Formats: sequence, C-alpha cells, structure tokens
Amino acid sequence: MPMTITEKILAKSAGKKSVTPGENVWLNVDVLMTHDVCGPPTVQIWKREFGEKAEIWDKNKLVIFPDHYIFTKNTHANRNVSILREFADQYNLPNYYDVGTDRYKGVCHIALAEEAYNIPGTVLFGTDSHTCTSGAFGMFSTGVGNTDAAFILGTGKIWEKVPESMKFTFNGKLPPYLTAKDLILHILGDITTDGATYRAMEFDGEAVYALPMEERMTLTNMAIEAGGMSGIIAADEVTEAFLKQRTTKSYEIFRSDADAKYFSTYTYNVEKLEPTVAKPHSPDNRDIVRNVQGTKLTKCYIGSCTGGKMFDFMQAAKILINNKVKVPTFVVPASTDIAAQLEVETYKGISLKQILQDAGCVIAQSSCAACLGGPADTIGRAVDKDVVISTTNRNFPGRMGSKQSEVYLASPLTVAASAVTGVITDPRDFI
Amino acid sequence: MDKKISGFAYVLGNNIDTDQIIPAEHLVYSMSDEEESKKYGQFALSSVPKKEAGLPHGGIPFVDEGKNTSLYNIIIAGANFGCGSSREHAPYAINKAGCNVVIAESYARIFYRNAVDGGFLVPYECEQKLNDKIHTGDKLEIDFERNLLIDLSDHREFKLKPLGDVLPIIEAGGLFEYARKTGMIKTV
Ligand code: SF4
Repeated sequence: MPMTITEKILAKSAGKKSVTPGENVWLNVDVLMTHDVCGPPTVQIWKREFGEKAEIWDKNKLVIFPDHYIFTKNTHANRNVSILREFADQYNLPNYYDVGTDRYKGVCHIALAEEAYNIPGTVLFGTDSHTCTSGAFGMFSTGVGNTDAAFILGTGKIWEKVPESMKFTFNGKLPPYLTAKDLILHILGDITTDGATYRAMEFDGEAVYALPMEERMTLTNMAIEAGGMSGIIAADEVTEAFLKQRTTKSYEIFRSDADAKYFSTYTYNVEKLEPTVAKPHSPDNRDIVRNVQGTKLTKCYIGSCTGGKMFDFMQAAKILINNKVKVPTFVVPASTDIAAQLEVETYKGISLKQILQDAGCVIAQSSCAACLGGPADTIGRAVDKDVVISTTNRNFPGRMGSKQSEVYLASPLTVAASAVTGVITDPRDFI
Repeated sequence: MDKKISGFAYVLGNNIDTDQIIPAEHLVYSMSDEEESKKYGQFALSSVPKKEAGLPHGGIPFVDEGKNTSLYNIIIAGANFGCGSSREHAPYAINKAGCNVVIAESYARIFYRNAVDGGFLVPYECEQKLNDKIHTGDKLEIDFERNLLIDLSDHREFKLKPLGDVLPIIEAGGLFEYARKTGMIKTV
C-alpha cells in the first residue's frame, strides 16, 4: 500500500506494517520535550497519577528547555523554573538545560535542532504547539498538552489519530527578496487558520530542498498556524550535513511514495510570489507588503523560533548595514548559540552583532521574550496601541502583550526594511 | 458522565484562540494549588475582544469582574475553537470557571485532545452552525445519550455529532482513568 512519509513514520512508531489516515494508533515516543510553562504542571500531573514513586519511562528521552519566561522578576514565572530545577536534580536528568548555567540554550525548538534531538524517522512530542518545527528533519513531531505529556513521561506511549496529508510543492528559484516566511504566510492566506486541522502538511519541491535547515524550520514551524498536526520535509543531503556536524546517532530516512494519497495538493512557483505579511489579528490575514506599505509602526521585532535564527539575522543585516532604525527595534536571538554566532559571522566584513548594534537595534538575551507577550517586564512587549511588525508566528489579539496592539507578521527582510523607514516597507526597495 | 445537563449558553464566534481563552501572562499560576488555581477560572475567556464576547451583541464577560466562576456553563462557538498554543490551561480554565461542555463547529487538534485527555470538557461538534441561532443567556439542555441540544426557551432541537473514538476516554473521565480501566497502567 502506498504511504506518505508521515504514515510510514507513524507505522514504524506504532509497530505496524502500515497505517491509514483516521486510524487511532498508540505510538512509541522517541523524545518528549517540555519547557518552563508546561513542564511544572506536567510533572505535577505525572506525580498525581503515578504516585510519589513515579518513574520516568526513559530519562535519556526527556528533554527540558526553560525558555519562555526567563529574564523576568515575576515570582510565579521564576517559581516555574525552580520547580523544573528541583525535578531535574531529584531525578538526575541528563537533558535539562538550566537557566543561569553554560547549558542554558534558549527557545526549545531551535535548541532541539542544535542539540541533535531532531533525528529523521523518529517521533517527538512536546508540550508546545510549535513542536511541529522539528518536522523539518523528516520526522513526525507535534504538540500536546500537559496530561498527554504526563502520560508519555510515565509510559513512553501516547495515542494519536493518523493524519491525512496535504502536500505543498514550491517550484522555481527563490528570489533574494523572499524567505521561507513569505512562503508559509502565502499558504496560510490560501488555506486559513484551520485549513490543515488534524492533518500533516508536507512540503516539497526544488525551492524547498534549496533551503537551508533554518529556513525549512520556518516552514514547518508555522504548520500549527494552519491548525496542522505536523509539518514535514523529507531529509536530504542538507539535513544529513546538518546532522553530521552534531551527532553520530543513526537514523532512517523516509520518503512519500509517488502514488501516496493526499487530502489535497498545492503547487506554487516561488518566482511569482511577493513579499507577504499577515495583518492584524490573524496569521491567515494575508496581504502583499506593497498593499500595506506606509503603515506607521511603533516597534519592530526580530526574534522567536520562527524568525530569530542566524539566517534571519543575516537577512536583516543585509538591509540594516549602514542604516539606522527609525523605531525601537528588538533583536532576540532564539538561542545562546545564535547569540554567540552573531559576534562571529560577518556580512561585508562586519560582524552581524556590530551591524545590528550600529543600526540602533536593542539586542536582548535569548528566550521567547515578547513573542508571547509574557510578564509585564518582558523586553519588547507590545504596550498600549503599539503597531508592531514582527518575524514571529502569531498575531492573535494580545499575543505580544497589549490587547490594543496591532501586530503584522513578516519576513526578516521586510521587518528590517520597515525598521529603517519606520513604516511598513517592501524589502525590494533596499535589495 | 450525567445523561443530561442543563444551563445557560455563552456564545462565541470563530477562531477563539488559546490566548483569548487564557492570556499567556496568566499561565504562571499553580494548577495544583487549590486557591491559586481559581485564578484560571477568573481569567477564562478574558481576552476575547469585547464586541465578540457573548454573541449576538457582545460586551458580556464570561466571568464577572472579581468572580472565579461563570454564570454560563455551555459554550456555543464557531469554527476552529481553541486554535493557537498547546496550553492545557485553556480547557482547564474554562472548566475551572464551571463550564464543562463546549459545542463548536470544529476544534483545533491540541485543544480537543487536552479537553478530552484531561477530562476537562466534553467537546461536541454541531451538525449545523449554531452560534447564529442561539443567544448568550439562552437556557439549554444537552442530552448526551441522544447527542441532542435543546433550547428550552422555544424547544428547538439541534443534532450534535456523536463523540466517536474519544467517547470511552470522556466517559472514563480522562486519559489516565481510561488507561487504568483498560489495564494499560496500574492503579496507584
Ligand atoms: S519563540 Fe514564541 S512561538 Fe516559539 S516557542 Fe517561544 S513563545 Fe512559542
């Protein structure tokens, strides 16, 4: 029976020869990831349900990244990190990345890639909706709540409905003024925020395979914005090169059969697409930048698991070099590795950090920061009637803080161009 | 699970996301501390824009200022209810406010799972759009055996989709109870 990549991976995880969409299966989980917001309640549920002598199914497969509310004075938020720390101490957890130590990483989805927990052909669950990001590595990954996570923590198993798949093929050569962010925002405009609910979004085509891993992760990251259970891109040489630098773990590469069945298929020519934004207050409220150019801004934001990677800063630097920002612009490297790399990597002989600083950007410490608003003292948080353009992934009412604020989602190129002019600007004006 | 429940409707539109259900700034409260966890009820649905809070006219808070529970115990919503983040705090908050049934046209996957696996809400899907037919404050009855919603003010009946595969988990009261009942995990 022909199968999609997702069906093949789930069949393997369920110990079956094949699976069909709609079928409920019990999966054996390869990695469980959690963070400071959902970790503590997960641990509490696990203890409540399995008793004080509860055992973790496999310590090596549990990964914990505090990342959401880190640099804040909020006592409740700090208490959450303390709970995780005590839990990690008590159970001697090998994969806990504590705040205030050399091990601290930053945003979980990026750290999962950097620390080589993303392994082709495996199944990863996380207590965060953007866990779908890991699918860029040809694996099945998805978000769950605390109860499901607590169940996995004790048993290593979880039920899942095998999703139907939707296939998005991007042909052509990506022009220099577009990034993966434009592609995924374009899809969201087409299929809306529930267009992929309970389905896997498979990305394919020469333009996708020409992307570096970071950009592929931007595509799979926002599958959840369409309601997708997962996003997936089959592993290739680019994936293998990324893994080779970081791990010696073995893996199995799966690919969809040519005659696999899809719920729907979409084909795009990237050369015909334009710089794209999502207008307030939904990621599917798509428009082209040209139609909203001139919109006055009060803040710009380059950060998060979607738009705070090295590639994103390199794009921004290309526009910010020898320019000054006109509105407060916040740069939040998704991980501490990225923050360190900003000092090393250069554009036209100048380090990215220097370029960003010279342009007048505020560079914050790695964490989720204002991507999800966070406590009142979170850097870059939207206040009052802020009008923000951001490389993040969500712009629902109040997502970045103030309920009165308006958030536009865009590529790092568009955000950088807009930062320089103070109004929404098409990056083609600079490139 | 009771065979029937009755109560008052709270009506919402499409795409009610988890930030509207429980804003991120409130996710820091303990869910296991009895007193502190009441805050989740207090802030349930607190970020729904005013004009969409309590349709058709809006402007009706789900939970009154200073209260921890809602006067409404059945939510009637449009499509894609619970989209956004994976926070289990979302169905939990609605449950803490004293509401444990939602009838929506469709749900986001993680919210739906959390509602069922955590035993917080019965997430019914309606056969036809209901949020234009029922008003906030309408007195309703749900018949779980017949999968039926009855508007007690005028006795209109609306069919609900059977709960299907997840019914045994809902009936057991959540994933852990289900797993114990079926012998998957040991009782503690
Ligand atoms: S950066 Fe934003 S989207 Fe990514 S994990 Fe953090 S809060 Fe979620």
